[in-house]
Amino acid sequence: MEESQDQFAIRVRDLVVGFGRQTVLDHLSLDVRRGEILGLVGASGGGKSVLMRTIIGLIPRRSGTIEVMGQPGGGHGRGAAMAWGILFQQGALFSSLTVRQNVQFPLRENLVLSQELMDEIAIAKLEMVGLRAEDADKYPAELSGGMTKRVALARALALDPPILFLDEPTSGLDPIAAGEFDALIKTLQKTLELTVFMVTHDLASLTTVCDRVAALADGKIVAIGPMRELLQSEHPWVRAYFHGKRSQMLQHEMR
Amino acid sequence: MGTNCPDEVESVNHEPLLHATPAGDVLKLRPEGPWTAANVVMLETLSRSVGVNVDRSRAVTLDMSGISALDTLGAWVLEKLSRRAASSGRPAEFVGVADHFSGLMDEVRQVNRHTPPPSAAPNPVLARLGELGKSTLGAREDITIFLQMLGALFMAVIGVLRRPRSLRLTSLVYQLYRIGWQAIPIVTLITFLIGAIIAQQGFFHFRRFGAESYTVDMVGILVLRELGVLIVAIMVAGRSGSAYTAELGSMKMREEIDALSTMGLDPVDVLILPRVAALVIALPILTFIGSIAALYGGGLVAQFYGDMGPAIYIARLHEAVSVAHFEVGILKAPFMALVIGIVACSEGLRVKGSAESLGRQTTTSVVKSIFLVIVLDGLFAIFFASIGM
Repeated sequence: MEESQDQFAIRVRDLVVGFGRQTVLDHLSLDVRRGEILGLVGASGGGKSVLMRTIIGLIPRRSGTIEVMGQPGGGHGRGAAMAWGILFQQGALFSSLTVRQNVQFPLRENLVLSQELMDEIAIAKLEMVGLRAEDADKYPAELSGGMTKRVALARALALDPPILFLDEPTSGLDPIAAGEFDALIKTLQKTLELTVFMVTHDLASLTTVCDRVAALADGKIVAIGPMRELLQSEHPWVRAYFHGKRSQMLQHEMR
Repeated sequence: MGTNCPDEVESVNHEPLLHATPAGDVLKLRPEGPWTAANVVMLETLSRSVGVNVDRSRAVTLDMSGISALDTLGAWVLEKLSRRAASSGRPAEFVGVADHFSGLMDEVRQVNRHTPPPSAAPNPVLARLGELGKSTLGAREDITIFLQMLGALFMAVIGVLRRPRSLRLTSLVYQLYRIGWQAIPIVTLITFLIGAIIAQQGFFHFRRFGAESYTVDMVGILVLRELGVLIVAIMVAGRSGSAYTAELGSMKMREEIDALSTMGLDPVDVLILPRVAALVIALPILTFIGSIAALYGGGLVAQFYGDMGPAIYIARLHEAVSVAHFEVGILKAPFMALVIGIVACSEGLRVKGSAESLGRQTTTSVVKSIFLVIVLDGLFAIFFASIGM
């Protein structure tokens, strides 16, 4: 099991994705190592979400290869829920189901198990993301923004997938809730040995939880490495991103 | 097979196993292989099969060294076994937990510790009574909302009368186009068919006692007084009322209505008045078109099925119906339009956050407006009968 190929959870090679005459991702290559938290930064509308959605198979690719856990990826068959969990930006909870039913949904659709065990697993997942058993019978419309994200995370983790995709997990949360959410992701990543692929703009998340950060500009990964290395990068866009006025101020305070 | 070489992780072992070895009073459980969600059926069977042994033994030891893969589900099944022992006061311990599983095991030991107090199942009779009471209060609330909306519309109309320029003319014309002009083909087709069917039934049944010529009276009076307006109103409630509810509902969900209010604009002026006014203008016109189409359908059936030429049909119609019949029908149309508009818009504003709520309010809107249209038609029938029209 310790071959060199297996140390990568996701391998993307020469990926080209476009809509109409516009090319969004231009021969992009990216490796995500097993058990790491990779943060992806990029300009708004620059293709971060497109990259994530292409890897999970929501957007067709023009050329290139995607391997997820050694298997050719880019599709979303029935087994997809076992392979990865996805936390959408708005949570994407099913509004007609309760919190408990939302978390149970992937279990019910993919496994054959007794209702008792299913209930226990759902509550266990909810408690692992920091919610209480009392919240299980609420509907998504009754939840706050932070709780919605936690329930969505519990649903994404329902089947203990090896890879977790997060689309701007801390957007719309206040700094305290965002910090707690970052800590939660870090804890869960350690206990469940997850590989986390995180699209984010939150400089605090990038600094505190990400093992490596990849910068996407002009349809390519222009820099990748630990946050320290990215701060040294000479690429003009990366410099502008991390050394702009806003970022400077934040980093200054963090020191 | 794993007992001889406990330190080796067997990669050939693709099925989870659970060895139960009683050693004196202590039951030694040794799970092996992948304890993961993918094998959940086997895991449940295994844990059930040793359940009795666990209950019989004095103490339980779980030897975790043979596990090759573990996830939350597998960890929970094992934790449940240990809790089953612990619940009756017998000690249960985990030994040989691999380092990379210890975090998960610790996490799982924390969960499901506290069960929320079960909500007491209510007495079914009392629950029924409670629901009845709630829906009665709900009906009162419905009436209040209807009257509020009516009042708000009235104030908006007064505002427009005082300052005619504040009328949203563009919006009004657009709504008229959508719910009036675009509805003409389907309204014409349906009323044409209804007129034809009534005429056919009339000729078929009246022929037995030689009263065929009275078919024209029936078609004329029925279509002009009742059916024309009723059919058109029901169609408009289904076609345009539902659209209003869904539009306003999704605007409510996306906070567009709140945005309007914060800009100092009244949603009633901007959104609801043009829609309701368009309905009030369009429904009489559609009723007129529909009634004519129904009479035309009746005429065609008279010619081809009842052997009655167009000239005779028109002459009979002339004798049978008076302007009063037409007036009765067309007078009802604006009131029905008002009811449909108010119900559709107020249901739209009652939509809450979820997609399900939008669907529910749209259904309610259509059902309620069709019901109210029919009730209103009945009230009008009594009213016109009492004034002798």
